[in-house]
Amino acid sequence: MNLRRDVFQAIADPTRRAILLLVASHSMTAGAIAANFDTARPTVSKHLQILIECELLAQEQNGREIYYHINAKKMKEVADFIEPFRKMWDDRFNKLEAIMKNYKPRK
Amino acid sequence: MELKTKINAEEGKHDLVITREFDLPLELLFKAYEEPEIVEQWMGTKVVKLENKKHGGWQFETSDPNGNVVFQANGVYHEFVPNRKITRTFEMGNAPFDVQLEFLEFEPLTEDTSKLTMHIVYRSVALRDQMLKLPFKQGINMAHNRLQEVVSKLK
Repeated sequence: MNLRRDVFQAIADPTRRAILLLVASHSMTAGAIAANFDTARPTVSKHLQILIECELLAQEQNGREIYYHINAKKMKEVADFIEPFRKMWDDRFNKLEAIMKNYKPRK
Repeated sequence: MELKTKINAEEGKHDLVITREFDLPLELLFKAYEEPEIVEQWMGTKVVKLENKKHGGWQFETSDPNGNVVFQANGVYHEFVPNRKITRTFEMGNAPFDVQLEFLEFEPLTEDTSKLTMHIVYRSVALRDQMLKLPFKQGINMAHNRLQEVVSKLK
């Protein structure tokens, strides 16, 4: 089954969010990441694979070890997509506030 | 600058919450939703109908300078409690989006400040995400259009 990988779907999962938080500060091997979870190693691997497929994580070969690190550019995209929606409402509300500050009741 | 408007849209859910604190007394905040002329100003649209009562209808319409309608929205009030609460449906005209349900709660913070909490419920998670991305897409389109304008002037 070839599921289309959606970043928003990817970060919907609490374990995957926890993984992203873990590797946010420094790159880690799959083993080191898995050590932080009670879940089975293959389950963690599956989560890592999904995060890589949607480009939130990147792999880097260092000697015999593979390190995982966060793809900051992609993370920023995720954080930003809601901003125009927020900006739209903020602009409207700013206007509302400005209008009402000058509001004079009609007789 | 930090935006005063907060959006809480949890992943995988079909609703979202918009909150905003206003530097306005509660009554003035509510009035901005009550009076058609004021709604027109801050929403930037023409108010065709605004029946502020239970089962009352509302309708907004925006036209371009040539008089073509470019945006149309309408719905019905299910609750209209002055200075406290508005429950209404919202539907965009000529758009393939299902109607959404909106709960607007108005509360005083101090004598001069107030808070609006807007809870919007969509039919599906996909629809919510689509609506969230609309301004994002429009922003990209606008950037493209501007780019096209600039480019066409170069010719």
